[in-house]
Amino acid sequence: MVTKAEKQFAKNFNIFNLPDVPTGLPPHLELQRTRAVCKNDAPIHPTSVLYSGAYASMGVDNSVRLENFSEDFKVDVISLTETDMVFDMIGVPAGIANAFRRILLAELPSMAIEKVFVANNTSVIQDEVLAHRLGLIPIAADPRLFEYLSENDQPNEKNTIVFKLHVKCPKGDPRRKVLTSELKWLPNGSELVKESGGSTTKPKTYTSFSHSQDSFPEFANNPIMPSFQDILIAKLGPGQEIELEAHAVKGIGKTHAKWSPVATAWYRMLPEVILLKEFEGRHAEELVNVCPKKVFDIEDMGQGRKRATVARPRDCSLCRECIREGVEWAKQVDLRRVKNHFIFTIESTGSQPPDVLFNEAVKILEDKCERVISELS
Amino acid sequence: MRLDHEDLDLTNDDNFIDKEKLSAPIKSTADKFQLVPEFLKVRGLVKQHLDSFNYFINVGIKKIVQANCRIASVTDPSIYLRYAAPIYVNIEYVYGSHGKKATSVKDNVKIGRMPIMLRSCRCVLHGKDEEELARLGECPLDPGGYFVIKGTEKECVSEGVNTQKQALDYLEAKVKKTSYGPPPEKDGRALYILRDLFLAHVPVRDNNFRQKCFYVGVMLRRMIEAMLNKDAMDDKDYVGNKRLELSGQLMSLLFEDLFKTMLSEAIKKVDAILLKQSRASRFDFSQYITGESHNSISFGLERTLSTGNFDIKRFRMHRKGMTQVLTRLSFIGSLGFITKISPQFEKSRKVSGPRSLQPSQWGMLCPCDTPEGESCGLVKNLALMTHVTTDEEEGPLVAMCYKLGVTDLEVLSAEELHTPDSFLVILNGLILGKHRRPQYFANSLRMLRRAGKIGEFVSVFTNEKQHCVYVASDGGRVCRPLVIADKGISRVKQHHMKELQDGVRTFDDFIRDGLIEYLDVNEENNALIALYESEATTELDEGAEAAKIRADITHIEIEPFTILGVVAGLIPYPHHNQSPRNTYQLNRMDTLLYLLVYPQRPLLTTRTIELVGYDKLGAGQNATVAVMSNTGYDIEDAIVMNKSSLDRGFGRCIVMKKIVATCQKYDNSTVDRILMPQRTGPDAEKMQILDDDGIASPGEIIRPNDVYIYKQIPVCTTRDKITSPLSDSQYRPAREFFKGPEGETQVVDRVALCSDKSGSLCIKYIIRHTRRPELGDKFSSRHGQKGVCGTIIQQEDFPFSELGICPDLIMNPHGFPSRMTVGKMIELLGSKAGVSCGRFHYGSAFGERSGHADKVETISKTLVDKGFSYSGKDLLYSGLSGEPLEAYIFMGPIYYQKLKHMVLDKMHARGSGPRVMMTRQPTEGKSKNGGLRVGEMERDCLIAYGASMLIYERLMISSDPFEVQVCRACGLLGYYNYKLKKAVCSTCKNGDNIATMKLPYACKLLFQELQSMNVVPRLKLVEA
Repeated sequence: MVTKAEKQFAKNFNIFNLPDVPTGLPPHLELQRTRAVCKNDAPIHPTSVLYSGAYASMGVDNSVRLENFSEDFKVDVISLTETDMVFDMIGVPAGIANAFRRILLAELPSMAIEKVFVANNTSVIQDEVLAHRLGLIPIAADPRLFEYLSENDQPNEKNTIVFKLHVKCPKGDPRRKVLTSELKWLPNGSELVKESGGSTTKPKTYTSFSHSQDSFPEFANNPIMPSFQDILIAKLGPGQEIELEAHAVKGIGKTHAKWSPVATAWYRMLPEVILLKEFEGRHAEELVNVCPKKVFDIEDMGQGRKRATVARPRDCSLCRECIREGVEWAKQVDLRRVKNHFIFTIESTGSQPPDVLFNEAVKILEDKCERVISELS
Repeated sequence: MRLDHEDLDLTNDDNFIDKEKLSAPIKSTADKFQLVPEFLKVRGLVKQHLDSFNYFINVGIKKIVQANCRIASVTDPSIYLRYAAPIYVNIEYVYGSHGKKATSVKDNVKIGRMPIMLRSCRCVLHGKDEEELARLGECPLDPGGYFVIKGTEKECVSEGVNTQKQALDYLEAKVKKTSYGPPPEKDGRALYILRDLFLAHVPVRDNNFRQKCFYVGVMLRRMIEAMLNKDAMDDKDYVGNKRLELSGQLMSLLFEDLFKTMLSEAIKKVDAILLKQSRASRFDFSQYITGESHNSISFGLERTLSTGNFDIKRFRMHRKGMTQVLTRLSFIGSLGFITKISPQFEKSRKVSGPRSLQPSQWGMLCPCDTPEGESCGLVKNLALMTHVTTDEEEGPLVAMCYKLGVTDLEVLSAEELHTPDSFLVILNGLILGKHRRPQYFANSLRMLRRAGKIGEFVSVFTNEKQHCVYVASDGGRVCRPLVIADKGISRVKQHHMKELQDGVRTFDDFIRDGLIEYLDVNEENNALIALYESEATTELDEGAEAAKIRADITHIEIEPFTILGVVAGLIPYPHHNQSPRNTYQLNRMDTLLYLLVYPQRPLLTTRTIELVGYDKLGAGQNATVAVMSNTGYDIEDAIVMNKSSLDRGFGRCIVMKKIVATCQKYDNSTVDRILMPQRTGPDAEKMQILDDDGIASPGEIIRPNDVYIYKQIPVCTTRDKITSPLSDSQYRPAREFFKGPEGETQVVDRVALCSDKSGSLCIKYIIRHTRRPELGDKFSSRHGQKGVCGTIIQQEDFPFSELGICPDLIMNPHGFPSRMTVGKMIELLGSKAGVSCGRFHYGSAFGERSGHADKVETISKTLVDKGFSYSGKDLLYSGLSGEPLEAYIFMGPIYYQKLKHMVLDKMHARGSGPRVMMTRQPTEGKSKNGGLRVGEMERDCLIAYGASMLIYERLMISSDPFEVQVCRACGLLGYYNYKLKKAVCSTCKNGDNIATMKLPYACKLLFQELQSMNVVPRLKLVEA
């Protein structure tokens, strides 16, 4: 006969409530969940488990919760210069970090030269190759101040930046270089006159600016120019000349790599190096010497005893020299990658500072999420 | 790696008088490599063409003219012509009659114009340095060695000739055809043949046939020997039995023929004039060999070179394809072209012997470079250090031989000739006599050669089996330089190399000082050649046998990689590849590409690349390759490409095309005219790119269906001459529209105006098209691994490494196991190490030992130092999920080249379009906008499947449907009479029983053709 109390007990029974049942995941599963272990031949468990109920049978909830996330999430900027930024992004799954990387590469807008009007080009470099080179020049102009130029739009001051390039190498001079510093910004728009314009009215040009871009407060004292002044565009021999106008418009990296605001953006997972046994004496020294990146150090333990320690795990480039087969202690070193800790690097092309780029990327992701939510509801 | 000989004990060597410094062998063989560029400065590669041409121009022409210096008029034999200078001829003729003779001299009479080989001694470019060449608008890297005929570059292909056998064939042919030949002379034909034709190279003085008899005797003896003993047979594929004919020889053959015809024609004309009794003007001989109408030499030379058809009347030699248009697809392609050797006999013969690799090819002909397919193994390429000899004066050599103790043939009896202890001495196939001490004789000749007393290319070869000493000084032999060694110790010492590096010593000095000599294939048989000096001089405590071998070593190779040719030298680590892969790669070199926009120099180079200048005129790019599977669009050798890389200029190439428009002149003296285009009106848009002169201007963007010349042609072009200018109405428009792939824009690169053969204006446009790689374009690495672009993927979807490196292309690993191109893997490793440490790595063939190729171990060490895995495998993150990939990926730069096969040139589809007149079926081929054929096999498939309606549609409705009237009575085809509005059978003469049906037009055609052959095909119709 089952008593009521017993029924109640059975109803509320949970094996994990028993005092001698361990809570949380067992260590090998925890390792699997949080770390990718880089063995000599291949990394194992590199993917993360996304299913919220994956460990439900062990009483562990694998779902992402906002409160947990905001508690765990952390960003540490390690270095920041005008063009480069390295920061740690901790507490997000790989998918999120990857989303930022993908947005940075392909979906952030920037300005790049799209149309080139060649008036004269007697140099050895072909018109279309020259135009291609011009297109790849990063332009230091905030794309947020501009609009996209759609197909039936007239190029105007809100969507087009016009540059002029007119260089000549006089006869008798030595060969000369044409650098980006010679690209002159034309705030009033194109100066090239369209041939078919009637002579009575104002001569038509290839742009229709209603007022000068100078008058924008952002550009008043801060002329638009290429990010770097020393990029080689072409070389001119004596007597050769280039005269052209280049129109830069806003675009995204998905259409063409020239619009990508980053040279590259990527992350790597935080390396973790674990010594599974004590490395002493000769072994310690061998271990220190075998690593080209100087991950290990020797610690003096007194009485002439020396021990190897993991001093700079971040520097591990995964050359796997310390676990290479044939090495005595190969099984004793564990090279791991922390699955939710990303060392993120952004190399900007110089059009915008990398921190701004990242903020913009966050905004784009936000927009996308909102769009999904609004479409679902 | 580097060989250390410091501790070598040399005391046993009492040959040297020397201080220690002199006898110290070169520390490392790597130093000896310096000889290769020095050699190439003097000889090799294209130089043999130049040499042979120079020889022809400087010596050959004179000899030919000298040999034919006398034109004797049949009627008046006192008139003759004398030679003085090449192509400009001095004429001296004697005239007069009855004992009274007067001599008239005319100097420098031009008899013709000789095409000049580029960079030969008569070329304006000869001896110019790079800067001067650049100023003249010539490419300083162009090797020359070809002709420019009528604006196209022509190259004489080297020919392999089989001399000994040819002589026999020659004899046979002559004896059979007694009816043919020059006019009979007093002595009778047989003697004439025996004297002048049979064994023509053996001189006959005063009808003394003794030498010839001996020669025949020796020949017979050799034949009997060969019959009794198969081993004694000559191997006709043996390279030593072959002679190469270079452009100089071919040209001289041609010139001689033309010169002779010119002379005989001149004689004919002169005779005709001299026969006339009364001559008004003073007789001037020279006018018969000069002037417009007699310009047969220059015309003949030009025609032969431009068509490639050699017709030498004297030998009844008709050969086609002797000159070929130099392909200018890539620098290396044309260079490979110039070193090509093609055989004389036809390619269709099913023989394996001449096609297989001959051991005697070693060092002379490239073992890898041969085409695939029908001419496999027949067409060969010269190796890097090969030199082809030119003819050399025999006279002094003969004298030298006699002085060295050769017993003259004249004083020997037949019995004495073959005494077992004596050797026959044969100079260029001519028996000089015999010698009792052949070894002494050969050695003395070699000593003389090393001392520079006789020519450096004279070869001496003792054949123990045949009891012969062969001395050769003839042209066309292949030979190569080797370092001379005394008892295994190299004569080239460290200090020599130092002098070479300091520029005090040149390659010729090495020859002059007897340190290096040229050996031809035959003489190589008398030499024991060590590959490395270490082989020649190793430690002393080895076996006696080894020491004995060492003592026999006579020569040392300069560099092992020189056994390969120019083109094969571009492959890095070829000795790690499966051999046919290298051959495939070499064939691919000719289909390389047009013009790359951003060419790069390979990160993994070879010594040959540097020697040839490929690093200056590269044809590929170093692409970062990840060897992995991605998306599945990389199966069957396809390549997945990174879109951003393409955006940034990877694989971009420029294709140039020429189009020609002519302004023709007509018989009635009317001419086409070019007009200023209309700037307004309906057609103005199509004529936008025209300049005011009616011709498209350079730099304009040209689209399909744009007019590139606004031309009008006269309405009437045939009738009588029209002198007054034509009015506008007498012209009709003949605008020419640009045809090109739809949707692509091209650019007019250059426009040239010139006059063509008939003197009418000719407008040539060079149209430039810059293309970025697209789906289906073909790429190749340097290891015979080609692949088409399978898909193009965004960079963000591509995997990336922990260093942020994103591959440019992804290659499927299945490309490796069956191909066994280990060289490609080493290239990847070497390039990766090269990029990370900032030094170009080397992969010369067989170069590991001499330091011209980096070893995998050292490369791996560099990789580890730079933080990569020794194996070249990196941890990559997936670009799609962001997680690490489950395997390490082999990733690094590999030099990739774009091949000329591009989708844009091949893509083709058609709906309806042109049809062939005869069968009314669609035309064939892309150029004619043809249809796609449903062939027999496709038809079989459709039948098997039972898709009868589809077959009906493809084979009839979409092809050539035709309505016929069939007479049910007679079964023949009738016709529809539109006047009577009734179908009629012309056989039955009525229209009572006519059925209308559809047939393929080709079927109707067949019926009619059969009828024309008296076969009656009758149709029996049944109601369906």
